[in-house]
Amino acid sequence: MCLWLVILPLIAAGIAAVMPWQRLRPWLLPLVGIAHVILSALIVKAVDPHYTRYLGLDEPGRLVLLLISVLFLICSVYAVGYLRFLVDRPNRVFCLCLLLFLGTASLVILSRTLGLMWVAMEATTLSTAPLIYFKRTPRSIEATWKYLLICSVGIALALLGSFFMAYAAMDVNGQPTSLRFDDLLANAPQLSKPWLHVAFVLLLVGYGTKMGLAPMHTWKPDAYGEASGLVGALLAGGVTNCAFLALLRVQHICRAAGEAAYTSHLLILLGLISIITAAIFMIGQRDFKRLLAYSSIEHMGILALGIGVGGWWASFGAMLHMLNNGLTKCVLFLSAGNIQRAYDSKLTAQVHGAIRRLPLSGTMFLLGFLAITGSPPFGPFISQFTILNGMVQNHRFVIAGVFLLLLLIVFIGMGRTVLDVVQGRPSAQSRKTAFRDNILTGVPIVAALALVLLLGVHIPASLHRLLDDAAKYVENQP
Amino acid sequence: MDTPINAILVVVILLNLFLLGSSRIRALVQGAALQGTLLGFLPVLVNPELSVLRTLVAIATILLKGIIIPQMLFKALRDAQIKREVEPLIGFVPTMLFGAVGTAVSIAFASKLPLLKGHAELIVVPASFSTIFTGFLLLTTRVKAITQTIGYLVLENGIYIFGILLLEAVPFLVELGILLDLFVGIFVVSIIINHINREFDSLDTNRLTSLKE
Repeated sequence: MCLWLVILPLIAAGIAAVMPWQRLRPWLLPLVGIAHVILSALIVKAVDPHYTRYLGLDEPGRLVLLLISVLFLICSVYAVGYLRFLVDRPNRVFCLCLLLFLGTASLVILSRTLGLMWVAMEATTLSTAPLIYFKRTPRSIEATWKYLLICSVGIALALLGSFFMAYAAMDVNGQPTSLRFDDLLANAPQLSKPWLHVAFVLLLVGYGTKMGLAPMHTWKPDAYGEASGLVGALLAGGVTNCAFLALLRVQHICRAAGEAAYTSHLLILLGLISIITAAIFMIGQRDFKRLLAYSSIEHMGILALGIGVGGWWASFGAMLHMLNNGLTKCVLFLSAGNIQRAYDSKLTAQVHGAIRRLPLSGTMFLLGFLAITGSPPFGPFISQFTILNGMVQNHRFVIAGVFLLLLLIVFIGMGRTVLDVVQGRPSAQSRKTAFRDNILTGVPIVAALALVLLLGVHIPASLHRLLDDAAKYVENQP
Repeated sequence: MDTPINAILVVVILLNLFLLGSSRIRALVQGAALQGTLLGFLPVLVNPELSVLRTLVAIATILLKGIIIPQMLFKALRDAQIKREVEPLIGFVPTMLFGAVGTAVSIAFASKLPLLKGHAELIVVPASFSTIFTGFLLLTTRVKAITQTIGYLVLENGIYIFGILLLEAVPFLVELGILLDLFVGIFVVSIIINHINREFDSLDTNRLTSLKE
């Protein structure tokens, strides 16, 4: 049954490729989105899900699968509205690549072996690159080039890391080595330590590049800035979390090998560097989509920091924050996309009064900002607070203090740009553009925000169990 | 079996230095193609008994790394009508020296890692590190999009060299993965190169400077 999560989007991609009707093609996306959500829910809930040797779901995998599936559904409805607005532009490649992305991301999540996961991860890079290039402007080519080159190098390093992991597991007698996570986990205490150390660094740098951790983040502002809001939402909420999942799995094996302290130091280091870098570049940022990219870097840093600090609280918080960040980024990127289209600009010099020009998108952008910076009653408040609580429980007072200070800086820095965008009086020029809020590009944003709000007010018992399982996985507890 | 493998790897390391010192892009592509072809012989040399799978990997490697990808790059060169790398960020001689230092560091670092019985006589690990480092240098110091692509190719070659140690123990999934992804990667890159060329009338990634803080 698992395999259908991969096959279904690929079949749909094939249909999108041969379908001759430009106006009808985008509707394929929500259809696949609905089927994918139903299938994912069934598989996560199933008592006996028929996992195969190479395909299956681990505990954090369930969370990421649900997140990406829901995210894709939200974005797919938005995509129909978006592509209707751009009806004179060929959308074949765009639809095809969106569906390919869903298939390959599902494959990353379902992979039970290091090799297959790597191949699938590289495939997500290749399938999303044409999406960034959709606008066909010189700036979008530049962004695509950087994205492809930097992510490919990152993913190449992850491959080398996977090789090192395999070498660490290699038997002296030349028996075949299995790269399945279960086998690696079972043999973890016997893994060769020097090789494992280098392997973890390479995998951290490699998948960290894809996740957008500083200092390997340089592609991110360009790619997120130039891609349409829809693609930004899928990159920031989908691709990054796939890479994070890969890191969680690698980290899980290293911890089982008794290297918890080693991995934790590196994760905390990269996490802090990411949050600091993001905070610096967010102050005075005049481009509100690049601002969101830096916010994504910040939150990837928070995830790495949460896992690095460890303990049940911080791990639980990080798992919850992964969901919150993914959904809130969806709100922010989709509303930012609408604002950009209405003003034909993404610079604060030209964009003012978004709340008046686009009442729905402007409000959503403001609420999304409040949510992502950790204001109650939204989800990220709960998850960031839980991570902070975890730091205090572990007596990491310095890290907790720095973390709080950085969150404050980010709040102020991001707030200035966001308020610039939503407040004030829209220019006469911006009132002339054709774009208005409508159902297809508005409802998905509201739905995503409703989920963020729900996660802040009440976490359903079944979701709590999934989060708890995932936190125990991160902590290597039975 | 060790001598021919080590001999090939020595040539590969020398080719690294050649790639770093060369300014003509045709020569770069030819050097990378030769390197790829040489790497194709490693899978069959690593074990004296011939197996179907290893032979297939060897043939696929030579075809892809030695012929198909270089031909694609030559075509991109012809289409873009460029011959030389202009003014690299760091000069040719300094990068060559960097490359030599990198090779020395690779040898020192590789000796820190414990190798399994039978691998200790091979220079696979230092050769792999040195080639990866060369790829990095090409990627970071050159400005033409096509030279950066060659850098990526060389980087992948370095990883491939390390993969030789795993040929016996790990099923071929990973090896085939490399070839597949490499192929698709270069394919996409060559399309993008085409577009950069059309939009900017040049393949200098220096022109790609509108996006920065």
